[in-house]
Amino acid sequence: MDEKVAAVIDKYNADKGQLISILQDVQSELYYLPKEALIQVSDTMGIPLSQVYSVATFFKAFSLTPRGKHLINLCLGTACHVRGASKVLEQIERSLKISRGETTADYKFTLETVNCMGCCALGPVVNIDGEYFGQMSAGKVDSILNKYS
Amino acid sequence: MRKIKSLQDLEAFRNSIAEKRKLNKPCIAICSGAGCSALGCREVIAATIKEIETQKLREKVDIKTTGCPGFCEQGPLVVVYPQNILYTHVKVEDVAEIISKTVINGEVVDRLLYTDPTTGRKFVHESEIPFYKKQKRLLLGNNSNIDPNNIEDYIALGGYSALAEVLLDRSPEQVIEEVKRSGLRGRGGGGFPAGRKWESCHNAPGEPKYVIANCDEGDPGAFMDRALTEGNPHSVLEGLIIAAYAIGSHEGYIYVRNEYPVAVENATIAIKQAEELGFLGKNILGSGFDFTVRINRGGGAFVCGESSALMASLEGKVGEPRAKYIHTVEKGLWDKPSNLNNVETLANVPLIINNGADWFNAIGTEGSKGTKIFSLVGKVNNTGLVEVPMGMTLREVICDIGGGIKDGKRFRGVQTGGPSGGVIPESMLDMPVDFDELTKAGSMMGSGGMIVMDEDTCMVDTAKYFLTFLEEESCGKCVPCREGIKRMRQILDDITEGKGEERDIELLERIAATLKDTALCGLGTTAANPVLSTLRYFRDEYEAHIKEKKCPAGVCKALIQYYIIDENCVGCRLCEKACPVEAITFMGKKKPVVLDQSKCIKCGICKDVCNLEAVGVK
Amino acid sequence: MVTINIDGRELKAEEGQTMLEVARENGIYIPTLCYHENLAPYGACRLCVVEVSTGGRWRMVASCLYPVEEGLKVVTNSPRVINNRRMIMELLLARCSQNEVIKKLASEMGIEQTPFKSEYLENKDCILCGLCVRACEQIVGRSAISLVNRGVNREVAPPFLEPSASCIGCGSCAYVCPTGAIKMDDKDGTRVVYARNWEKEFKLKKCKVCGNYWAPEEQLEYIRGKLNLPPDFFDVCPNCR
Repeated sequence: MDEKVAAVIDKYNADKGQLISILQDVQSELYYLPKEALIQVSDTMGIPLSQVYSVATFFKAFSLTPRGKHLINLCLGTACHVRGASKVLEQIERSLKISRGETTADYKFTLETVNCMGCCALGPVVNIDGEYFGQMSAGKVDSILNKYS
Repeated sequence: MRKIKSLQDLEAFRNSIAEKRKLNKPCIAICSGAGCSALGCREVIAATIKEIETQKLREKVDIKTTGCPGFCEQGPLVVVYPQNILYTHVKVEDVAEIISKTVINGEVVDRLLYTDPTTGRKFVHESEIPFYKKQKRLLLGNNSNIDPNNIEDYIALGGYSALAEVLLDRSPEQVIEEVKRSGLRGRGGGGFPAGRKWESCHNAPGEPKYVIANCDEGDPGAFMDRALTEGNPHSVLEGLIIAAYAIGSHEGYIYVRNEYPVAVENATIAIKQAEELGFLGKNILGSGFDFTVRINRGGGAFVCGESSALMASLEGKVGEPRAKYIHTVEKGLWDKPSNLNNVETLANVPLIINNGADWFNAIGTEGSKGTKIFSLVGKVNNTGLVEVPMGMTLREVICDIGGGIKDGKRFRGVQTGGPSGGVIPESMLDMPVDFDELTKAGSMMGSGGMIVMDEDTCMVDTAKYFLTFLEEESCGKCVPCREGIKRMRQILDDITEGKGEERDIELLERIAATLKDTALCGLGTTAANPVLSTLRYFRDEYEAHIKEKKCPAGVCKALIQYYIIDENCVGCRLCEKACPVEAITFMGKKKPVVLDQSKCIKCGICKDVCNLEAVGVK
Repeated sequence: MVTINIDGRELKAEEGQTMLEVARENGIYIPTLCYHENLAPYGACRLCVVEVSTGGRWRMVASCLYPVEEGLKVVTNSPRVINNRRMIMELLLARCSQNEVIKKLASEMGIEQTPFKSEYLENKDCILCGLCVRACEQIVGRSAISLVNRGVNREVAPPFLEPSASCIGCGSCAYVCPTGAIKMDDKDGTRVVYARNWEKEFKLKKCKVCGNYWAPEEQLEYIRGKLNLPPDFFDVCPNCR
């Protein structure tokens, strides 16, 4: 892990202004932001750990807890809301027995919500591991979830 | 690739591109935007490439992946050139036929043509479709025939000639004058005159100066910036470089929200290609002007759309806004003069330079010039991105372009301006789309979201939705926003759950007044708008929830009940199978099913799956 | 020098001063919670908002941050200002319904209760004024604590809610806290600096002469290192030196 983090910091020349980009790349490598990684960023870049921690907890894109194998992002933007996104959310929560922001006990799925993915004409929209599913409804949820092992 | 070092170089390069391209060579252009991706365009692209290979047509037919034209619900979209035939809902199975029938034989595949949902008529060309006819697609028009990952496409259409003109023939002051005269106002929501902002930044003391293109587009329901940055990143880039020259900045940023990975990728490629050709870097086009730009991604925070919060995050800090008694054009990023413009604002700049300020300010109204891209979504027949001249009425946009309300339902309101805006009711639909008119009506232009709502939309629920959104997105720094929005949301929760009280409305108005007066940034000061505007135009709906404990639109769960309409039910069991809590019991063939209210969780799935309208809501 | 007008009084002010500074110099009352004269103003509590005009429209601004300018007109007690202050206090009272400092400040403004439903009232002490964080960063230079999370979940905390390695136990945070949300207790040779969700314990240094415990060893070690003092410099307490 040390090397991966060091490589990311290096890529951005340890530029303090690029802290958020650095944390994003570290999270891409490690699937979440482990405590040790944040400490390494703080020590290497000379940024107080409290500030690194502040930034890591402020932005929704970051997760300080391990995520599941598959990341489900459900859009709760206005256009999707008007077309019933909350019902889709409820169905996913029912099927996976978790609430938004949580990970299933077997670490298979993590459910996050997003406040707009920009696919507004196709709402409700769900994105799993980068793959988009448009025109979702509560009835379609289970068949899509079953595609993922 | 050799760098372009002068205007002559650029023109020679443009000519060489034109010569390379045979005018009437067949080309299949497939939209690869995020929307079409959600509908499977990647498979269509792969199938097309494979089929062209199989039929040994690689030399004869070009394949191009293009940017988002904003007609997402009809996707995947394919345009066949040179005939300019538009195909919609294209699947992998259709590819072979498109190639053999249309590309090779010039015949139209009827079933893939766009069909008007209200008349059933089919249209061959994009320009004939009612959705497009009334639009003035100055900014978005080229998205269907530009490959965002190929700078030559942009140059072939005249791209970067505005930059050449500016760098080689005009002074920064002249550029600022031109933009001022055009009347261009910010497209991100603030509507501040762009020319004046540039002038202030140009005049502010301090070095270095920064220019930032804002593609954070946090308003849910808006995707104009996504389409522009994904589909025509060079138009934004060219505008940004011109802004930098006018202001005297040599270092710029394009801030793209994290949720737009395709936009990030395409902008990155665009920058790289622009650098290779010498439109970025040192001594651009031999003018002596240096400029570099980098891309930063947002971290998932709506508040970072606010300029001082955005700049804080560029400094590696949390996205906390600061008081702007001293403007960011004087002290912004790293306390230096910084100019921030929305990407749509910047994309207008090359057009203004190429066609002149007079051309631009001839379009639109007295106070709002040029065109605006709107994201027309919700319960309307034709959804997508709509670019119209300022001054067109809301009615024209929703009815003529949008094709009216879906499924023949009744129009109730159109929400504009995102979480900082409000709902405009039917009685005001003849209002022209204009910064000041929309603000007077209690809403605002905002970034351009236009969400159409019908009789099945509850206005109280809508206000609650926006407050819930803002509560999550508030940075938490100032008391009125952090605490005030929470309290408003709690009151609305109660109202939608049948626990509302008479005094709630007055309390909402009191909190709203303090938010407007004392919140630290725009998120807080406009947070009460959705509540205030729905109270202004739909007060009776609030009163129904509070006094009668009823939700007229049939949305608020605690106040509604699903029931079986016995006359229509034939016992097909679709609802019974779909019900997640087994609240529906089958009573035998041709007999209506029975819904157990005590088990019902009001998820609404039964109503969704029923094809016979045998489930009602009251 | 510029001349500004506060509540009808013509006052002289220096360029670069904030309205609040000028008001305080002249005995004009503007309540604050997140302001401290030794720290850069933050503008979070919004209690100090007043009405200003530079000739045209009247608008509300935070006086702790607003720079003075020639001809500025200020009103600190109009109905608009009073109503806004009232709502802000009511919001704070709803958050910190049992906190004595907030209750007292509200009472002084004539507010005895909040208009929000009792089942939604909270019992917090921290008002997120940020004084502790700013003191630790700007004066002590340790940045041991920071504001974490966002919005309604925001709180003051050390990283990971674990005792911060950077915290030296100086207690500056407890001193500046306006509501007593951070406390400090010295007992039996140990100091605890604590808030509701976190704490850190420190061993206090014992004076070789009088035998009294006087400051955390970590704090003394930090100062000693910074000023390059000899290892036994703090073995004797200030009283005995």
